[in-house]
Amino acid sequence: MIVYRYVAEALFFFFTALIFLGGFVAIRSRYLMNAVLGLALALSGIAGLYFHLGSPFLALMQILISVGAVCVIIAFGIMVGPRPKPEAERRIAGRRNIFLAVSACSAGFMLLIAVIVTATWTPAAIRTGDFSVKHLGENLLNQFCLAFELISVVLLAAIVGALIIARIGREETGP
Amino acid sequence: MMPSDNLTTYLVIALLLLVTGIYGMIRHRTFIGMLISSEFILNGAALNFMAFNRFLAPNPAVGQIFTLIIMGIAAAEAAVVVSLILMVYYKYRSIDPGEVRDLKH
Repeated sequence: MIVYRYVAEALFFFFTALIFLGGFVAIRSRYLMNAVLGLALALSGIAGLYFHLGSPFLALMQILISVGAVCVIIAFGIMVGPRPKPEAERRIAGRRNIFLAVSACSAGFMLLIAVIVTATWTPAAIRTGDFSVKHLGENLLNQFCLAFELISVVLLAAIVGALIIARIGREETGP
Repeated sequence: MMPSDNLTTYLVIALLLLVTGIYGMIRHRTFIGMLISSEFILNGAALNFMAFNRFLAPNPAVGQIFTLIIMGIAAAEAAVVVSLILMVYYKYRSIDPGEVRDLKH
Protein backbone atom coordinates (compact mmCIF):
# COMPACT_ATOMS: atom_id res chain seq x y z
CA MET A 1 0.00 0.00 0.00
CA ILE A 2 2.90 2.31 0.72
CA VAL A 3 3.78 2.17 -3.00
CA TYR A 4 0.53 3.90 -3.87
CA ARG A 5 1.38 6.72 -1.47
CA TYR A 6 4.64 7.33 -3.31
CA VAL A 7 2.94 7.16 -6.70
CA ALA A 8 0.41 9.75 -5.51
CA GLU A 9 3.26 11.90 -4.20
CA ALA A 10 5.11 11.66 -7.52
CA LEU A 11 1.90 12.68 -9.29
CA PHE A 12 1.58 15.64 -6.93
CA PHE A 13 5.05 16.86 -7.92
CA PHE A 14 4.25 16.22 -11.56
CA PHE A 15 1.12 18.38 -11.37
CA THR A 16 2.97 21.11 -9.49
CA ALA A 17 5.70 21.09 -12.13
CA LEU A 18 2.98 21.28 -14.80
CA ILE A 19 1.52 24.40 -13.13
CA PHE A 20 4.82 26.21 -12.98
CA LEU A 21 5.86 25.16 -16.48
CA GLY A 22 2.53 26.45 -17.78
CA GLY A 23 2.84 29.66 -15.80
CA PHE A 24 6.35 30.25 -17.10
CA VAL A 25 5.25 29.70 -20.70
CA ALA A 26 2.21 31.93 -20.22
CA ILE A 27 4.10 34.93 -18.89
CA ARG A 28 7.29 34.64 -20.92
CA SER A 29 6.13 33.68 -24.39
CA ARG A 30 6.10 36.30 -27.13
CA TYR A 31 3.14 34.88 -28.98
CA LEU A 32 -0.29 34.98 -27.42
CA MET A 33 -1.24 31.53 -28.71
CA ASN A 34 1.67 29.99 -26.79
CA ALA A 35 0.56 31.91 -23.71
CA VAL A 36 -2.92 30.37 -24.00
CA LEU A 37 -1.39 26.90 -24.32
CA GLY A 38 0.66 27.61 -21.19
CA LEU A 39 -2.51 28.68 -19.40
CA ALA A 40 -4.23 25.43 -20.42
CA LEU A 41 -1.24 23.44 -19.12
CA ALA A 42 -1.29 25.25 -15.78
CA LEU A 43 -5.05 24.82 -15.40
CA SER A 44 -4.70 21.07 -16.05
CA GLY A 45 -2.09 20.92 -13.31
CA ILE A 46 -4.48 22.69 -10.93
CA ALA A 47 -7.14 20.12 -11.82
CA GLY A 48 -4.66 17.45 -10.72
CA LEU A 49 -4.18 19.24 -7.40
CA TYR A 50 -7.95 19.24 -6.90
CA PHE A 51 -7.79 15.44 -7.08
CA HIS A 52 -5.23 15.51 -4.28
CA LEU A 53 -7.48 17.84 -2.31
CA GLY A 54 -10.21 15.23 -2.32
CA SER A 55 -12.55 16.54 -4.97
CA PRO A 56 -12.56 14.63 -8.28
CA PHE A 57 -15.78 16.42 -9.24
CA LEU A 58 -14.10 19.84 -9.14
CA ALA A 59 -11.09 18.46 -10.99
CA LEU A 60 -13.34 17.41 -13.86
CA MET A 61 -15.18 20.76 -13.68
CA GLN A 62 -11.84 22.54 -13.87
CA ILE A 63 -10.92 20.63 -17.02
CA LEU A 64 -14.40 21.17 -18.49
CA ILE A 65 -14.83 24.86 -17.69
CA SER A 66 -11.37 26.36 -17.38
CA VAL A 67 -9.39 24.29 -19.85
CA GLY A 68 -12.30 23.55 -22.15
CA ALA A 69 -14.25 26.80 -22.19
CA VAL A 70 -12.08 29.68 -20.98
CA CYS A 71 -8.98 28.76 -22.96
CA VAL A 72 -11.07 28.18 -26.09
CA ILE A 73 -12.77 31.58 -25.65
CA ILE A 74 -9.38 33.28 -25.33
CA ALA A 75 -8.05 31.38 -28.35
CA PHE A 76 -11.11 32.52 -30.32
CA GLY A 77 -10.44 36.08 -29.20
CA ILE A 78 -6.90 35.83 -30.51
CA MET A 79 -7.92 34.28 -33.83
CA VAL A 80 -11.02 36.36 -34.60
CA GLY A 81 -9.91 39.76 -33.50
CA PRO A 82 -6.52 41.36 -33.63
CA ARG A 83 -4.10 40.43 -36.37
CA PRO A 84 -0.80 39.40 -34.81
CA LYS A 85 1.18 42.56 -34.50
CA PRO A 86 4.85 41.72 -34.30
CA GLU A 87 6.10 45.02 -32.98
CA ALA A 88 3.59 45.10 -30.14
CA GLU A 89 4.23 41.47 -29.34
CA ARG A 90 7.97 41.48 -29.63
CA ARG A 91 8.63 44.87 -28.18
CA ILE A 92 10.66 44.16 -25.12
CA ALA A 93 9.32 45.93 -22.08
CA GLY A 94 11.49 48.72 -20.79
CA ARG A 95 13.74 48.30 -17.79
CA ARG A 96 11.37 50.31 -15.62
CA ASN A 97 8.55 47.94 -16.44
CA ILE A 98 10.59 44.87 -15.50
CA PHE A 99 11.77 46.56 -12.32
CA LEU A 100 8.19 47.43 -11.44
CA ALA A 101 6.98 43.89 -12.12
CA VAL A 102 9.76 42.19 -10.17
CA SER A 103 9.55 44.53 -7.20
CA ALA A 104 5.75 44.31 -6.95
CA CYS A 105 5.85 40.52 -7.17
CA SER A 106 8.69 40.04 -4.70
CA ALA A 107 7.15 42.46 -2.19
CA GLY A 108 3.82 40.67 -2.36
CA PHE A 109 5.52 37.29 -2.18
CA MET A 110 7.58 38.19 0.90
CA LEU A 111 4.58 39.67 2.68
CA LEU A 112 2.31 36.70 2.07
CA ILE A 113 4.96 34.03 2.67
CA ALA A 114 5.60 35.63 6.08
CA VAL A 115 1.89 35.38 6.83
CA ILE A 116 1.70 31.76 5.67
CA VAL A 117 4.72 30.64 7.68
CA THR A 118 3.90 32.45 10.91
CA ALA A 119 0.16 31.79 11.06
CA THR A 120 -1.14 28.80 12.98
CA TRP A 121 -4.04 27.15 11.24
CA THR A 122 -6.39 25.29 13.53
CA PRO A 123 -8.98 22.96 12.01
CA ALA A 124 -12.63 23.34 12.92
CA ALA A 125 -13.68 21.49 16.06
CA ILE A 126 -16.32 19.38 14.32
CA ARG A 127 -15.63 18.28 10.76
CA THR A 128 -18.01 16.09 8.82
CA GLY A 129 -15.26 14.99 6.44
CA ASP A 130 -17.76 13.97 3.78
CA PHE A 131 -16.14 14.74 0.42
CA SER A 132 -18.60 12.73 -1.68
CA VAL A 133 -20.35 14.19 -4.70
CA LYS A 134 -23.69 13.21 -3.13
CA HIS A 135 -23.03 15.42 -0.12
CA LEU A 136 -21.91 18.26 -2.39
CA GLY A 137 -25.02 17.97 -4.54
CA GLU A 138 -27.36 17.91 -1.55
CA ASN A 139 -25.70 21.02 -0.13
CA LEU A 140 -25.73 22.76 -3.49
CA LEU A 141 -29.47 22.24 -3.97
CA ASN A 142 -30.60 22.79 -0.38
CA GLN A 143 -28.52 25.08 1.75
CA PHE A 144 -26.51 26.79 -0.98
CA CYS A 145 -29.27 27.05 -3.57
CA LEU A 146 -28.66 30.79 -3.90
CA ALA A 147 -25.03 30.20 -4.94
CA PHE A 148 -26.18 27.69 -7.54
CA GLU A 149 -28.69 30.12 -9.02
CA LEU A 150 -26.19 32.97 -8.82
CA ILE A 151 -23.73 31.09 -11.02
CA SER A 152 -26.36 30.50 -13.69
CA VAL A 153 -27.64 34.09 -13.64
CA VAL A 154 -24.10 35.51 -13.83
CA LEU A 155 -23.26 33.23 -16.75
CA LEU A 156 -26.48 34.15 -18.58
CA ALA A 157 -25.87 37.88 -18.06
CA ALA A 158 -22.28 37.50 -19.21
CA ILE A 159 -23.24 35.66 -22.39
CA VAL A 160 -25.97 38.15 -23.33
CA GLY A 161 -23.72 41.09 -22.44
CA ALA A 162 -20.83 39.71 -24.46
CA LEU A 163 -23.08 39.27 -27.51
CA ILE A 164 -24.45 42.81 -27.24
CA ILE A 165 -21.05 44.42 -26.70
CA ALA A 166 -19.48 42.59 -29.64
CA ARG A 167 -22.44 43.53 -31.85
CA ILE A 168 -22.33 47.24 -30.96
CA GLY A 169 -18.62 47.35 -31.72
CA ARG A 170 -19.20 45.81 -35.12
CA GLU A 171 -22.16 48.02 -36.10
CA GLU A 172 -20.41 51.30 -35.38
CA THR A 173 -17.47 50.60 -37.64
CA GLY A 174 -19.71 49.34 -40.44
CA PRO A 175 -19.37 46.11 -42.42
CA MET B 1 4.45 14.14 6.60
CA MET B 2 4.14 14.08 2.84
CA PRO B 3 4.10 17.48 1.10
CA SER B 4 0.76 16.73 -0.51
CA ASP B 5 -0.81 16.31 2.94
CA ASN B 6 0.32 19.70 4.14
CA LEU B 7 -1.74 22.89 4.05
CA THR B 8 1.34 25.11 3.69
CA THR B 9 2.37 23.45 0.42
CA TYR B 10 -0.91 24.33 -1.23
CA LEU B 11 -0.85 27.87 0.15
CA VAL B 12 2.63 28.41 -1.28
CA ILE B 13 1.56 27.03 -4.67
CA ALA B 14 -1.46 29.37 -4.66
CA LEU B 15 0.78 32.28 -3.68
CA LEU B 16 3.13 31.49 -6.58
CA LEU B 17 0.13 31.44 -8.92
CA LEU B 18 -0.87 34.89 -7.63
CA VAL B 19 2.66 36.21 -8.14
CA THR B 20 2.77 34.71 -11.64
CA GLY B 21 -0.50 36.46 -12.45
CA ILE B 22 0.64 39.84 -11.15
CA TYR B 23 3.96 39.59 -12.99
CA GLY B 24 2.21 38.67 -16.23
CA MET B 25 -0.34 41.45 -15.74
CA ILE B 26 2.44 44.05 -15.55
CA ARG B 27 4.66 42.49 -18.17
CA HIS B 28 2.21 41.63 -20.98
CA ARG B 29 1.75 44.28 -23.63
CA THR B 30 -1.67 43.21 -24.86
CA PHE B 31 -5.12 43.07 -23.31
CA ILE B 32 -5.40 39.35 -24.05
CA GLY B 33 -2.13 38.69 -22.23
CA MET B 34 -3.51 40.55 -19.24
CA LEU B 35 -6.69 38.45 -19.41
CA ILE B 36 -4.57 35.28 -19.35
CA SER B 37 -2.72 36.58 -16.29
CA SER B 38 -5.97 37.34 -14.50
CA GLU B 39 -6.97 33.69 -14.95
CA PHE B 40 -3.88 32.74 -12.96
CA ILE B 41 -4.88 35.05 -10.12
CA LEU B 42 -8.42 33.69 -10.00
CA ASN B 43 -7.20 30.10 -10.00
CA GLY B 44 -4.76 30.85 -7.21
CA ALA B 45 -7.70 32.08 -5.13
CA ALA B 46 -9.70 28.96 -5.99
CA LEU B 47 -6.81 26.71 -4.98
CA ASN B 48 -6.62 28.54 -1.65
CA PHE B 49 -10.29 27.88 -1.03
CA MET B 50 -9.89 24.22 -1.88
CA ALA B 51 -6.87 23.86 0.43
CA PHE B 52 -8.63 25.44 3.40
CA ASN B 53 -11.67 23.36 2.58
CA ARG B 54 -9.66 20.14 2.66
CA PHE B 55 -7.73 20.78 5.86
CA LEU B 56 -9.73 23.15 8.06
CA ALA B 57 -13.38 23.61 7.11
CA PRO B 58 -16.22 22.05 9.10
CA ASN B 59 -18.30 21.24 6.02
CA PRO B 60 -16.27 20.20 2.96
CA ALA B 61 -19.03 21.18 0.54
CA VAL B 62 -18.69 24.91 1.21
CA GLY B 63 -15.23 25.39 -0.26
CA GLN B 64 -16.08 23.30 -3.29
CA ILE B 65 -19.19 25.41 -3.96
CA PHE B 66 -17.18 28.61 -3.60
CA THR B 67 -14.61 27.25 -6.04
CA LEU B 68 -17.43 26.49 -8.48
CA ILE B 69 -18.55 30.12 -8.17
CA ILE B 70 -15.01 31.31 -8.87
CA MET B 71 -14.88 29.09 -11.98
CA GLY B 72 -18.22 30.48 -13.18
CA ILE B 73 -17.08 34.05 -12.62
CA ALA B 74 -13.81 33.34 -14.42
CA ALA B 75 -15.70 31.98 -17.42
CA ALA B 76 -18.11 34.93 -17.45
CA GLU B 77 -15.23 37.37 -17.10
CA ALA B 78 -13.36 35.76 -20.00
CA ALA B 79 -16.42 35.99 -22.27
CA VAL B 80 -17.11 39.64 -21.44
CA VAL B 81 -13.46 40.69 -21.64
CA VAL B 82 -12.93 38.98 -25.01
CA SER B 83 -15.94 40.79 -26.47
CA LEU B 84 -14.70 44.08 -25.00
CA ILE B 85 -11.27 43.45 -26.52
CA LEU B 86 -12.90 42.84 -29.91
CA MET B 87 -14.83 46.10 -29.60
CA VAL B 88 -11.70 48.03 -28.61
CA TYR B 89 -9.89 46.46 -31.56
CA TYR B 90 -12.62 47.50 -34.01
CA LYS B 91 -12.48 51.06 -32.71
CA TYR B 92 -8.75 51.57 -32.19
CA ARG B 93 -7.20 48.90 -34.44
CA SER B 94 -4.94 47.97 -31.55
CA ILE B 95 -4.97 45.84 -28.41
CA ASP B 96 -1.93 47.48 -26.85
CA PRO B 97 -2.93 49.05 -23.51
CA GLY B 98 -0.41 51.84 -24.15
CA GLU B 99 -2.14 52.91 -27.35
CA VAL B 100 -5.72 52.88 -26.10
CA ARG B 101 -5.69 56.18 -24.23
CA ASP B 102 -8.91 58.00 -25.07
CA LEU B 103 -12.30 57.21 -23.67
CA LYS B 104 -13.92 58.66 -26.78
CA HIS B 105 -12.37 58.03 -30.14
